[in-house]
Amino acid sequence: MARRTPLYDAHRALGARMVDFAGWEMPVQYTSVIAEHEAVRNAAGLFDVSHMGEVEFRGAGALASANALITNDLGRIADGQAVYAGLLNESGGFVDDVVAYRFSPEHIFVCVNASNRAKDFAWMHSHATGVKPVDRGDEWAQLAVQGPRAAGIVQRLTPLPLDQIKTYHFAQGAVAGVPCVISRTGYTGEDGFELYCPPDRALALWNALLEAGSADGLKPAGLGARDSLRTEMKYALYGNDIDDAHTPLEAALGWIVKWDKGDFVGRAALEKQKQAGVTRKLVGFEMREPGIPRHGYPLLGGGARVGEVTSGTMGPSVKKAIGIGYVPAELAREGAALEVEIRGRAAKAEVVKTPFWRKP
Amino acid sequence: MADNPKDLRYTKEHEWARRTGATVVVGVTAHAQEALGDVVYVDLPKVGAAVTAGASFGTVESTKAVSELYAPLSGKVVKVNQALADQPQLINQDPYGKGWICEVEASQPAELDTLLDADAYTKLVASAAG
Repeated sequence: MARRTPLYDAHRALGARMVDFAGWEMPVQYTSVIAEHEAVRNAAGLFDVSHMGEVEFRGAGALASANALITNDLGRIADGQAVYAGLLNESGGFVDDVVAYRFSPEHIFVCVNASNRAKDFAWMHSHATGVKPVDRGDEWAQLAVQGPRAAGIVQRLTPLPLDQIKTYHFAQGAVAGVPCVISRTGYTGEDGFELYCPPDRALALWNALLEAGSADGLKPAGLGARDSLRTEMKYALYGNDIDDAHTPLEAALGWIVKWDKGDFVGRAALEKQKQAGVTRKLVGFEMREPGIPRHGYPLLGGGARVGEVTSGTMGPSVKKAIGIGYVPAELAREGAALEVEIRGRAAKAEVVKTPFWRKP
Repeated sequence: MADNPKDLRYTKEHEWARRTGATVVVGVTAHAQEALGDVVYVDLPKVGAAVTAGASFGTVESTKAVSELYAPLSGKVVKVNQALADQPQLINQDPYGKGWICEVEASQPAELDTLLDADAYTKLVASAAG
């Protein structure tokens, strides 16, 4: 039986098409993926991402305990700041990619992918050597307001001065009278906020945001637009672009690994890999012949199979067929020629600089 | 839901066929484009290609998914809708008109009579939605 967020009825009332995503019945689109994608790029979009999970570490030693599980460093950021990080297994592969929030050294809050909620919690619980985590997944709903108009819209609903919340910072305060964690983060490449709130207040917050944003062109946006927006930024999707068998170094996410922070699960394997050099790397490519690359299509180099497409779409903003995939290190350079096997036909592609989308 | 034109024949896979003199124009139905979402790419058959009733002759892709096109009848492709190369969204905007896909010279015109009529197709879609 698929799970539902507190906004399920609201999605249905808006005419959303619902799909199963990681065991959750979620809106994939309300009207059109492209229209919702463009609303986020040009005005604002509102996403229900309440299916995401939350895990908390609380008490003396919370920071040290959480920090030993992730690749990024909670020790080098201030209270009120967050980091994007890998949660790795001993081989250096991704158990998940997460955002870790530092409320204080005694209070760390981790947002995890919906598809990995149970796995992540079990992993963190069994590998935490000090403070043990608590699963808070059912105690939070999450709405994402994204787009160039997002800040203006949210500001109308909160007394908190949002211009003081910089990217990857957060604060606590009321939005439309609903107590929220207001985080300047997102998964779209646009400015915006992710708002964590109690599930029984999610509908009130959702409706207030839709109303406050309607004059600005804010639209409810589904998982379809979320996927095309993140693909244009080459943001990794767990299960597609990263998984247990791929490391941050291979995923071109070396920047989320802080080598000077001390030990963390997976570090020894990463050090070894760094020394030996990675043999494959996640790149972005554009099609040079007709066709759209899709997850699972073979990637060819010099006629031989060298990897496969991990994500691909027709980018509504870049207006090109774009893809992401692992290729041998020697092909991981701008301009390298690839081919994508699309239903038995080899179509030319070229490795390009990412993100695919940059504000004009 | 949009009305399915009475003068067309339909497949269970949501293609339509319209007899126009010696040839038959083929496209996908309003229900199909609705289910697909924004069409962003059409892999058109080549002019001169042979198509077989019930077999795939191309694909239509939306932002999220790839769907096969199944030929409503057998024959030879004599014309394809080149406008779809630059404007695949015509399939969403006008599935029974400007969003046509190709024109086929039927090798067995009687195949057309085995397809669903508008009423039967409308019922099929309604029952699947039920």
